[in-house]
Amino acid sequence: MLRFVVRRLLQLIPILLGLSVLLFAWLRALPGGPAQAALGERATPEAIARYNELFGLDQPIYVQYLRFLGRAVQLDFGNSTRTGRPVTEEFLERMPGTIELTLFAMVFAIGVGIPLGYLAARRHGSWIDSTSVIGSLLGVAIPVFFLAYLLRLVFAVELGWLPGSGRQEVRIDATRVTNFYVLDGVLTGEWDAAWDAFTHLVLPGIALGTIPLAIIVRITRASVLDVVNEDYVRTANAKGLATQTVRRRHILRNALLPVSTTIGLQTGLLLSGAVLTETVFAFGGVGSAIYDAIFGRDYALLQGFVLLLAIMYVLVNLLVDISYGLLDPRVRVS
Amino acid sequence: MTAIGDVKRRRIDELAARAGQVPEGEGGVSLTRSAFRRLRRDPVAIAGAVIVVVFLLVAAFAPWLAPRDPLAQTLLSEIRPGYIPGSREGFPLGVDNLGRDVLSRLIVGSRQSLLIGVVSTLLGAVVGMAIGVLAGALGGWVDSVVMRFVDILLSIPGLLMAISISVLLGQNQYSLVIAIAVTQVPVFARLLRGSMLSQRNSDYALAARALGVRRGRIVFGHVLPNSLSPVIVQATLSLATAIIEAAALSFLGLGDPDLGRPEWGAMLANAQQFLGVRPELAIYPALCIIVVALGFTLLGESLREALDPKFRR
Amino acid sequence: MQRRPQRALAATAAALTAATLSACASERDSGGGEGGEAQSGGTLVFGAAGDPAMFDPAFASDGETFRIARQIHEGLLGNELGGTEPVPELAEDWEVSEDGLEYTFSLQEGVQFHDGTDFNAEAVCFNFDRWYNFEGLAQSPSASYYYQAVFGGFASTPDVPSIYESCEATDENTAVVRLTQVTSKFPAALALPAFSIQSPTALQEYDADNLSGSEDALSYSEYALNHPTGTGPFRFESWDRGNGEVTIVRNEDYWGEAALLDEIIFRTIPDGNTRRQELQAGSIDGYDFVSPADYQTLEDDGFQVLVRDPFNILYLGFNGGNVPGTQANPALQDPRVRQAIAHAIDRETIVNSLLPEGAETATQFLPPTVDGWAEDVTTYEYDPERARQLLQEAGAEGTTLRFYYPTDVSRPYLPDPAAMFQVINQNLTDAGFTTEPVALPWNPDYLNAVQAGQADIHLLGWTGDYNDAYNFIGTFFAEAANNQASAEFGAFSAPEIFQALAQADAEPDAEARTELYQEANRLIMDYLPGVPISHSPPALVVAENVQGLEPSPLTAEVFSTVSLAD
Repeated sequence: MLRFVVRRLLQLIPILLGLSVLLFAWLRALPGGPAQAALGERATPEAIARYNELFGLDQPIYVQYLRFLGRAVQLDFGNSTRTGRPVTEEFLERMPGTIELTLFAMVFAIGVGIPLGYLAARRHGSWIDSTSVIGSLLGVAIPVFFLAYLLRLVFAVELGWLPGSGRQEVRIDATRVTNFYVLDGVLTGEWDAAWDAFTHLVLPGIALGTIPLAIIVRITRASVLDVVNEDYVRTANAKGLATQTVRRRHILRNALLPVSTTIGLQTGLLLSGAVLTETVFAFGGVGSAIYDAIFGRDYALLQGFVLLLAIMYVLVNLLVDISYGLLDPRVRVS
Repeated sequence: MTAIGDVKRRRIDELAARAGQVPEGEGGVSLTRSAFRRLRRDPVAIAGAVIVVVFLLVAAFAPWLAPRDPLAQTLLSEIRPGYIPGSREGFPLGVDNLGRDVLSRLIVGSRQSLLIGVVSTLLGAVVGMAIGVLAGALGGWVDSVVMRFVDILLSIPGLLMAISISVLLGQNQYSLVIAIAVTQVPVFARLLRGSMLSQRNSDYALAARALGVRRGRIVFGHVLPNSLSPVIVQATLSLATAIIEAAALSFLGLGDPDLGRPEWGAMLANAQQFLGVRPELAIYPALCIIVVALGFTLLGESLREALDPKFRR
Repeated sequence: MQRRPQRALAATAAALTAATLSACASERDSGGGEGGEAQSGGTLVFGAAGDPAMFDPAFASDGETFRIARQIHEGLLGNELGGTEPVPELAEDWEVSEDGLEYTFSLQEGVQFHDGTDFNAEAVCFNFDRWYNFEGLAQSPSASYYYQAVFGGFASTPDVPSIYESCEATDENTAVVRLTQVTSKFPAALALPAFSIQSPTALQEYDADNLSGSEDALSYSEYALNHPTGTGPFRFESWDRGNGEVTIVRNEDYWGEAALLDEIIFRTIPDGNTRRQELQAGSIDGYDFVSPADYQTLEDDGFQVLVRDPFNILYLGFNGGNVPGTQANPALQDPRVRQAIAHAIDRETIVNSLLPEGAETATQFLPPTVDGWAEDVTTYEYDPERARQLLQEAGAEGTTLRFYYPTDVSRPYLPDPAAMFQVINQNLTDAGFTTEPVALPWNPDYLNAVQAGQADIHLLGWTGDYNDAYNFIGTFFAEAANNQASAEFGAFSAPEIFQALAQADAEPDAEARTELYQEANRLIMDYLPGVPISHSPPALVVAENVQGLEPSPLTAEVFSTVSLAD
């Protein structure tokens, strides 16, 4: 097992290197190059020359790349052109919010998706089944930002049940420890702050979790249907095992294998889905920072955030692969 | 051979593996034909097909179907801030915030959505297939390098990649198409290469090689055509994604700068401002996007199932 | 150095002359005031459209920074509450010498900065000398735009003259400021937040002038980011950047009438719809830049929409440069083409359908309430036929115009750029023009591109800094603004306009000056460097229980009089 993990980690290296090349090339390909991107279109030639010298942009391209890589390895992506602060610092400040949101979305998607998918498969052909099939198809087809707007309009504005933007009610003066607001509230015993931060996750979390929910329902249903028809289930039933045991031991466990794959994949994708959701809900996470960076032409931040997000995405997938390996010995062998 | 992030790849590979799967077996009926036969009996597939066909027809005949000029701000003078007149005779779905006929804009807007969807998917598929064929046919180190690159592209979330590319290209009507196309390239590349690999050792390819047929002919005459069915499935599904992604990019302000030109995503994004005044302005284009994306998804999923021998029982 | 960066971002205030603005305040302008005693205490949460850059107003030129700076800092002069009249603030009184070069300010006594430092004549002179002695990046227009607009150059830039000569503390509470030449901008410009008097101790301790980064991506000092120290009714408390929240608290030792609120939190919510919904949901108490479409809805919901009087101009600028060797669209050099554009635009409908009630069509680049507005300028009626005809005469049919408009922004004079663009674009198409739309994010791309003269035609506007014609038309059309290849209106040479403006600025007599400005406006509208479109009344909105907020035509609201009813 250890060898498996180590091998996977080693395989990370070429991917990350490739990513860094891509992002390096991306910044170079921007109209006017990095100096123009940083200094603006009206920068004087002297200013550009100064900047190029300062950042070694007058060096051969491979030297520049090695420098970029050298700094990237130390997680140094330069300073945001909008706030003047280190990109990594901005990222660390905002990532906890996005992680909280993503976790909520996944818990929602899994918590609702697996029971629903299972139920749909058990009652194959019933109205529950057809409703969840149609619903899951709709869930994938609906534009996320539109759903986000609808949710906010209905539950935050019209009904006023839940907060519709931000991470914490501004009038609550909460202590910050980890920047995971819910966790902070729990750690410091500020229960109202924790609860408030939690309620701020609900609407964006549901909006963000809709697509994974739809997919999880579909996959669960399909794989339960598959498994039910497998020989070993029939054998188990024939052996006279209790229905409950058959369901738990044989059906659910085997059916959940492909579901866990999907969950991993979707968790990674949520990180980018957060751009839309966080923007609509003015949620101070990584996604809304990327949106701001696009419109503030904050290329340094954009570059750093995209690379860091891609790393997280790759890491999440790695975790999934490892856990998959734990669940299913066949994968390890291959 | 598995690698990081291979969950996504595994899905593609599963689809790829279905290419040219043993044409014989069902009494000589080809997989494609038997799949088609099953499709015709599948209500889901029919629903999807009907939606897609209607959408295609509307888009094709949009200029003749649209009752009015979608650009004419006919009722602009009646509009006040916070007031948009509702539907009336001649304007069955009402007008937008600049007094333009919504029905006409929806009809003409279908063209833009179709264009973005089809062109970007086509572009992505062609480039992706070329890369996949190249890698699959040449094998060796070319294959390793190219596929490593494709894997890297696959490890960047699609929307993030599309945003980065749009920013790079600046805001114009082509950048949207290119951005979405680029996100499709690695998917098709891996798909095609996978299906080619699964066929390289198939009986007919071996037979052809034994008969001394040149490699190029084997690839283009046998392997490629047999790889097309998973490509078609993937393209159908990609179209749905492309249409939704285009709407998202429009919402983020990365769409066509000529806002007058009707496009569903832009219409939907624009209508958010007037949700309180005329929610239907948002609901109509949203419904169009949802229904069309649904149509392509239904069709694609049924195709996928139809081509899957597992479901042939 | 002639750049005018982000000038349209500035929404600042001060008034030279008593304006009639407050007289025509619409009846909606009632920020409470009626009903019981104002209560002290409570927290107000205000929705801002963007993050502030930092809190040192000397380096600021954008409205969101000024909005907060105005609560923390004070200048020698201030603005009349809810009006346009300049009033004494930290200076009790001032005298001008006969030759107009020496200003003697008598200062308020017993005033302390938030850090306990005494406010006195030396502190005043410290600030004046600080501005004059800016070095390096602090001299870039993106840092000290307003200093340069008013005073010109710096101590270390002898080739760019400064009108500042010296400041002398003649006694504890008397500061004498000497100028090198007479200017009509003085002393009213001192009410601009950029000329707030800040604590010398804190400025030095936290290294206020230490800017780093690059001209277009300034990194500010510890002082500007975390320790702004003024004399105002509120003190800076904290800035939570991740969530876009700035907290300021009441200055208990304020020298004047203490603020009523305990605390104000400015929370950044960039999207206008979200701001409205947050107000409706009760999580903020008010916000600025209300979309005209929401006025009615919000009022129906019981919110107070506080409409400011229009003190701005929206125009469609042309790049019609006529200086040989510069890049300008040749078609736009033909006056008939410019006139054709003016005749093509249906300004009446634009004002009625897109802008809030109270908006007016503009006949010139100056609001009618400013002295120097001329009644008898050449006007260009909406007449598409005439536009076609002119275009034909000029032989310019089929001309393609690159039409720039900003995205993702709402300005006081331009609430919905997308809608404005689409209507004008359609007008132009109907009149036979071909356009190539270019959409750019407002800041920095759009402002940079447009002010570099990259657009053929573009939408832009201006909110007045103080009640002075030169602040509008001088900013746009003075020679200095147009003598370079990359100018907003192209490098155009119109000696008679340049001369008229220069003459007016130097005229000491108010009446004669007004006439000179009127003449300048006539010349400008004959030449037609762009089409003035509208003057639009921007609005803020606050919840029902918010009292005492006076809308300012200069968008310079002060929150110290604001209170929350039960």
